[in-house]
Amino acid sequence: MSESLLEIRNLHICLPEGSERPYAVEAADLDLAPNEILCIVGESGSGKSLTARAVMGLLPKPHVRVVDGSIRLAGEDVNQVSEARLREIRGSEVSMIFQEPMTALNPVMTIGDQIDEVFRFHESMTRKDRRSRALDLLADVHLPDPDQIVRSYPHELSGGQRQRAMIAMALALDPKILIADEPTTALDVTTQAQILKLIKEMQAAHNTGVLFITHDFGVVADVADRVAVMQQGSVVETGTADEVLNAPKHPYTQALIAAVPSLAPRPPRDQSAEPALQVKGLNKVFRSGGGFLGFGGGGRTVQAAKDVTLDLKRGETLGIVGESGSGKSTVARCIVRLIDADDGQILLNGTDLRPLNRAEMRPHRASIQMVFQDPFASLNPRTRVGKIIAQGPLLRGTPLAEAQERARELLSIVGLDERAYDRFPHEFSGGQRQRIGIARALALNPEVLVADEPVSALDVSIQAQILLLLDEIREKMHLSMIFITHDLRVAAQVCDRIAVMRYGEIVETGATAEIFADPQAPYTKDLLAAVPGQNWRAA
Amino acid sequence: MSHTAKRLRYVLKRLLQAVPIVLAIIVVNFFLLQLAEGDAVDVLAGEAGSATPEYMAELRKKFGLDQPLPVQLAVYLKNVLAFDLGYSFRHEMPVLELVLDRFIPTLLLMVSTIFLAVGVGIILGLLAATGLNTWRDTLISVFALVTYATPLFWVGLMFIVVLSLNFGWFPTSGMENIAAFHEGWDRVWDIAHHLVLPTVTLSLFYLALYTRLMRASMLEQAGMDYVTTARAKGLTERRIMFVHVLRNALLPVVTMAGVQVGALIGGSVIVESVFAWPGLGMLAFEALFSRDLNLLLGIFLLSALLVVSVNLIIDIIYSWLDPRIEVS
Amino acid sequence: MANFWRLFRRNRSAVAGLAILVMVILMAATAQLLYPADPFSLAGASMQPPGEGGFLLGSDSLGRDVAAGIAHGAKTSLLIGLLATIVAVGFGTVMGALAGYYGGWIDDLLMRTTEMFQTIPSFVFAILLVAIMKPSIHSIVIAIAVVSWPAVARLVRGEFLSLKNREFVQACHTLGMSDAKVILGEILPNCLSPIIVIGSLMVATAILIESGLAFLGLGDPNIMSWGFQIGAGRTLLRSAWWVCTFPGIAILVTVLAINLVGEGLNDALNPRLRERQ
Repeated sequence: MSESLLEIRNLHICLPEGSERPYAVEAADLDLAPNEILCIVGESGSGKSLTARAVMGLLPKPHVRVVDGSIRLAGEDVNQVSEARLREIRGSEVSMIFQEPMTALNPVMTIGDQIDEVFRFHESMTRKDRRSRALDLLADVHLPDPDQIVRSYPHELSGGQRQRAMIAMALALDPKILIADEPTTALDVTTQAQILKLIKEMQAAHNTGVLFITHDFGVVADVADRVAVMQQGSVVETGTADEVLNAPKHPYTQALIAAVPSLAPRPPRDQSAEPALQVKGLNKVFRSGGGFLGFGGGGRTVQAAKDVTLDLKRGETLGIVGESGSGKSTVARCIVRLIDADDGQILLNGTDLRPLNRAEMRPHRASIQMVFQDPFASLNPRTRVGKIIAQGPLLRGTPLAEAQERARELLSIVGLDERAYDRFPHEFSGGQRQRIGIARALALNPEVLVADEPVSALDVSIQAQILLLLDEIREKMHLSMIFITHDLRVAAQVCDRIAVMRYGEIVETGATAEIFADPQAPYTKDLLAAVPGQNWRAA
Repeated sequence: MSHTAKRLRYVLKRLLQAVPIVLAIIVVNFFLLQLAEGDAVDVLAGEAGSATPEYMAELRKKFGLDQPLPVQLAVYLKNVLAFDLGYSFRHEMPVLELVLDRFIPTLLLMVSTIFLAVGVGIILGLLAATGLNTWRDTLISVFALVTYATPLFWVGLMFIVVLSLNFGWFPTSGMENIAAFHEGWDRVWDIAHHLVLPTVTLSLFYLALYTRLMRASMLEQAGMDYVTTARAKGLTERRIMFVHVLRNALLPVVTMAGVQVGALIGGSVIVESVFAWPGLGMLAFEALFSRDLNLLLGIFLLSALLVVSVNLIIDIIYSWLDPRIEVS
Repeated sequence: MANFWRLFRRNRSAVAGLAILVMVILMAATAQLLYPADPFSLAGASMQPPGEGGFLLGSDSLGRDVAAGIAHGAKTSLLIGLLATIVAVGFGTVMGALAGYYGGWIDDLLMRTTEMFQTIPSFVFAILLVAIMKPSIHSIVIAIAVVSWPAVARLVRGEFLSLKNREFVQACHTLGMSDAKVILGEILPNCLSPIIVIGSLMVATAILIESGLAFLGLGDPNIMSWGFQIGAGRTLLRSAWWVCTFPGIAILVTVLAINLVGEGLNDALNPRLRERQ
């Protein structure tokens, strides 16, 4: 390796007193060479983000700070330099992009002004030069119509455009090091692919060393030259991308990689032709604005579901796949009657659920249950776990003792200790909470389970466990499942068939294996092409 | 659409939204005052000492008080829209004239109070937030806490005792020294001198409110992601505080200033009565006890209009501070 | 509960506020024992400065004991503050909950009403209400509640709006839970903290409004109150400063104490703020 740009030795970052562990980062050693992308991979709480922030001296002091070790940028220790020197380094020698470009940009300042600041504080240039450099930069990151963009405010751009603008700002002064902290996590998969491509392109054009923080091994496979794996504040393994991804040595790395769902679809299973649930011609339009006495103008309308037709066979898992705003969650909520669809049919055992009012719907509720996305928002923080699970049966007149016994039984089915019964949701981790949510849905012995992104908020190892649990339960309880996801890897592992949605419409439906092997709709092709890391673990 | 056009549309929208509110206020107050026992004729008759029922009936007919309620309301609404606020029986002059006469002093008090409270509140909040947990912060926070708990009228009285009676720095009451017949700049100076204590008294509570709000808002904004971005760009702390954080932190303060204008007029009733400031607040108080229905309606309408127009100005300022307005 | 007290105790000024508040409550409770006589009655020589003529805090022009007035006034202030808050918080919570949960015309109506209340000078409105209903404890409580409830309603509406779309509430709908159960059993318990906090701060505001009304002569004529004392002592400013000064200090200290307790409650009940510090 040539001389390194960045040399981190024995880095210790302490956590505030009373935290779970004394150090956020412990004895970390890392090197970044010029013209190289180093990925730091880890699950939440592994200390990967704090390591990145420490490089720029951006730790939330005084409680979280570097207590030992060194971070050398071309020989200079950033912990020893003065504030003034640190400011010089930031933005010109090392710069950074963040996960959420909406909150990372100042909402009340134009993109042009925010880029302009970088020049103003590091270079002496005329106003005109600065503006023309800003326009060049925006053109470099392939933003359409830079003249318009410089005058725009962040909320006027799309998520991908905002991240491009962030990248333009970060590369304004041709820094030696770019730190990218989960820069694509908040983006849709097709946008993610474009941004990853852009980062690689920029890195190659400027010979930048990139420190790329991510939790996603697919992304690692696409961008990394070298990889460092972090667990609980320690770097457990470093090596070239090829070594770490294809021949991981540390058991933790091995476990993480094993947990990444393969893109190869599951083997098809025998399925009955008997439908469990049929959706025909479902439409839903959302209207915003309007208001009292018509004040406030016409308002906007969004067609969230347009002539959606689905057919769920008994015992199968049907995936609804799409990016944010595709209407997949709306369809799920229409099916469980959380939202009233405008028209169409939702047929369950021969009954059309759509026109039923709340009272008429009540007897059918038990047949169709839902598992939610956010393990933190989906459980009432003030209700004990036992009651959360027993609530459904109790509402339907099940005697208390029976409902309680059933709740305890369900806790063990979803793999939780019986002692969980008397505890509150906040005492559990994300994965455990998701298990509680599943137990609640199962308490009514449903025929159909609608799972709305049930694993997207979880770390990859937990995700694998929950997917396994859902699969087991479906077998054991003869469930038919509608599985909403944005993640094609997950869909490949869980779904027998998938329906691809975009702008409220289903663009393609078919057996998972067939769609993956031979997608028909252009959008499905784009979606599949955008999945990160497909050359790595396609099979 | 350009930002200017969006802004214009937003302000127009807000203006349009104010219309039904003003109408509702007229209607509500009209009915409320109908609930009061006795009308203007009772009061007039009571003051005259003896009045025959025939004479009272005649008076009622003359003032239209014998008409059914909806008719009275409709007549009133029609008149208001023609800027005819009716006639004050008590003062024996048109309400509009009376009210306009007292409008300027109240406006003067309001505007100076808003500037003092918002301006100083923002500065104090800024000073407290930038010196977090230093003696400066503690001092400002304690000041805000105590001021926030102090009754207006009592502060006014204490100011009179200490600053006017003891030290003789300021006049105790009124808006100007009429006996002195000041003219030109002398008169302006005289009125400003009279204005100091009422303004300071009225602004204290709101000043405390804005100080606390500004401090909290600054601290909240300082923890946002875009501040980290700004730091990562190598900007100075000064620039981050005064350009990035400040502008975002001002938004809730400006919103609150709009919300508080109505309350400010309420406070001016007390302050005007303490300092005998010849404004709408004092007039309202007098009108209340003389059951001068038309006058009260006029004052309410005018103060509501005042609130609406100040709010509109604040909306314009807000639209200039926050480019995201058309979203909400 | 023990946990709550532990968190509350961490805010030292809140504990100090609580201590003062307890003393004011004790004073109100024992007023009848300390000063059994009617506080309106003549108790000795008039215009006595503090400490003279047997008057701890002096007497006014009618020979009324200022200290006795303060003790009895404490009862009035606390009573009216508490009652008005209970009415305002109760009504505001019901309105806000219905508007936030059901949306539609109820929500439109509520929002327009609260906007109207923001435009009306609320203190003037309170004066008007009391004057129309004739000054009495009832009319004062109603007037303060009428001008205070919109703030509660807006807050509760906001909480309901955000909570009703939370997944745990949606889960209850998929179980077929009735609206009443969802509102009372699921959503309301999760917005009690902000309601308690706004309620505690509202007691302080109500005391300030009550004293303002009484100062302007709109107090219940049969009940001693701090605002009345200050209003009555106004004319004596030049000759007997103490008549106005001490009741004002009583208001200041009481309102300050309640505000401190309110802030302490906020810190203890609002974990988000706590983490930030």
